[in-house]
Amino acid sequence: MPSLTIDGKAVDVPVGTTIINAAEKIGIEIPRYCYHKHLSVAGNCRMCLVEVEKFPKLQTACSTVVTDGMVVRTDTEKVRKAVTGVLEFLLINHPIDCPICDQAGECELQNYYMKFGLHKSRFALEDKVRKKKVQDIGGQIVLDAERCILCSRCVRFLEEVTGTRELQFFRRGDHSEISVFPGRPLNNNYTGNLADICPVGALTSKDFRFKCRVWFLKAFPSVCTGCARGCNVEAFFKGDILYRYKPRVNEAVNRAWMCDFGRLEYKKANNARLLVPFVREDGREKMMSWGGLLPQVAYRLKDAVEREGPDAAAVIASPQSSNEELYLVRRIASDLLGTKNLAFTSRVPGDGFSDGFLIRGDKNPNSRGAQLLRIPGGPAFDELVVKIAAGKVRALLLFGDVLGDLTQEETAGLLSMVPFVAQAGTNEGPVSAVATAVLPIASVAERGGTFTNHAGRVQRFHAGFPPRGKAKDTIGFLTSLANRLGAGWAFDGEASVFRALAATEGPFAGMSYESIGSLGQEAKG
Amino acid sequence: MTIGIRKVARPREMTFPESLYLVEIVKGLGVTMGHMLRNIVRQEGIMTMEYPEVRRRMPPRFRGRHRLMRRPDGSPRCVACYCCATACPAKCITIVAGESPDPAVEKYPVRFDIDMLRCVFCGLCVEACPCDAIRMDTGWFTPPDDSREKLIFTIDVLLEK
Repeated sequence: MPSLTIDGKAVDVPVGTTIINAAEKIGIEIPRYCYHKHLSVAGNCRMCLVEVEKFPKLQTACSTVVTDGMVVRTDTEKVRKAVTGVLEFLLINHPIDCPICDQAGECELQNYYMKFGLHKSRFALEDKVRKKKVQDIGGQIVLDAERCILCSRCVRFLEEVTGTRELQFFRRGDHSEISVFPGRPLNNNYTGNLADICPVGALTSKDFRFKCRVWFLKAFPSVCTGCARGCNVEAFFKGDILYRYKPRVNEAVNRAWMCDFGRLEYKKANNARLLVPFVREDGREKMMSWGGLLPQVAYRLKDAVEREGPDAAAVIASPQSSNEELYLVRRIASDLLGTKNLAFTSRVPGDGFSDGFLIRGDKNPNSRGAQLLRIPGGPAFDELVVKIAAGKVRALLLFGDVLGDLTQEETAGLLSMVPFVAQAGTNEGPVSAVATAVLPIASVAERGGTFTNHAGRVQRFHAGFPPRGKAKDTIGFLTSLANRLGAGWAFDGEASVFRALAATEGPFAGMSYESIGSLGQEAKG
Repeated sequence: MTIGIRKVARPREMTFPESLYLVEIVKGLGVTMGHMLRNIVRQEGIMTMEYPEVRRRMPPRFRGRHRLMRRPDGSPRCVACYCCATACPAKCITIVAGESPDPAVEKYPVRFDIDMLRCVFCGLCVEACPCDAIRMDTGWFTPPDDSREKLIFTIDVLLEK
């Protein structure tokens, strides 16, 4: 293992490590534009120049491999002068339209200008090379060629990650610009990542465009609910509105990327939400309080069991629920109601598109968790649907907003066979349009818990802000429902449920929120 | 401290001519007439202002009611960068940005509201503005109104002046 010193600090790194990574290991950040951890090394921005003893010239830290006994300095006057010069060159043709640029606030040009530049421009405004702004180049991306510093991160991403190669450099010298080929816009499902990796405002998101300045946003770690991959995301919000998802680095799941579908998943927490509990009587919706509705739901479930046996009640769980919620749902169904009619909606609407990379065919985040918690899906769900259609179910507790791949008409037809349908859901949809009682629950941004992804990796998501409207945290709702059915539970928050779950469920044995951490942990089996 | 007695000078007794009042009234009228004549001859010396027909000239750095500036073509100069809303300590500026039909402008304010009931007239929005789009040089105080809604000035009101 070569050992070297960087700014007087000694560090041992594996053979083949570059200076920029060795410095990162001991907490020294070397400025960079073109270097990206998950892309190949290009070495064209020249921001990472450092002084290496016995080298006549400054070296690029991103492409220089360390050798034993190397002495690197990143803080000398020579380095600073070089970096300042590089930055001045990069800014020569930059339009400085920060007031209208969405990148402002998280822009590396702004950050490094404050750190290394602070110079007055020596270039007359009228001599700047003008390029085309506001170009819709397809996908989720708007291109502003003028702001580009030609770092080639986007070109390398499209070459190495998606393999689609839509973006390329055109022309020469200071007329160089990045663009797509005529008539061939961005055409892949990962375009949103371009806005993330672009260190400046050249590639920005169409969806987030002008929505909010980034310095007003706060972020919390979450997990994408768009498919069974469970990409780790950073969710950005202001007040009780989510504004965007950005991928959070997790080498075992999504590396640094996420798909364009998942990127828009945040909208579900904002739009068409169920916010007030209500019941449907004679076709009219009547607002209710939780205190008024919950006893009614408990009574109808108990009543069906007492009058016509446990199998007159049924529970349909949702793979959009967390492990903790599914665990409580299973216990309510089997321990408290004693019914065998328990299944989760395992099928998904749509074509179940998947690619070999991140997008999975299963569009639910926690189908695997439901399976590991011994909630049956697949044929069991179909059997339950047949039973409901035959009119054998008198009271149904249903989670989620859709019934698998059933259409609106099929859902309405099926649920009309049950005298009492209580739905616990987050969004308006085919189920809330016909359910007898609707219980609004917290969205993925408003509650915490864990999802188990397709590979059995248990990952935590966090609550960013309290539930909107009268929506209620699912754990609290399930606990009070269970207690009305005579359980005597004392769960307080998802952590306490997970402790109980880990103590009794084999696949989760020995796990805790501490061991799951921010990057997740594999479940057994 | 001991309680003592303090002598207060009483007004002197009026003399006989004074107690007749006649001469004194004429003297008083003389002063009034003198002022009147002086004001007729030299009008710039009058202290009273005929508000609201005549308004006081505010010092040049007086921070009054806001106004939004326009470009030569009449469109608002504001590019909805949110710098003023960020600087505002009273959080009284609400901006909603939109895509301008003019690609050279790109971003423009769809909504730009100032809640005058919240504004503390500190002038930080003016200092923060990179485009000189907002100014507080109208010399106007916030006019009173009879509802809170009317005192939330919208972009149209702010562009008027």
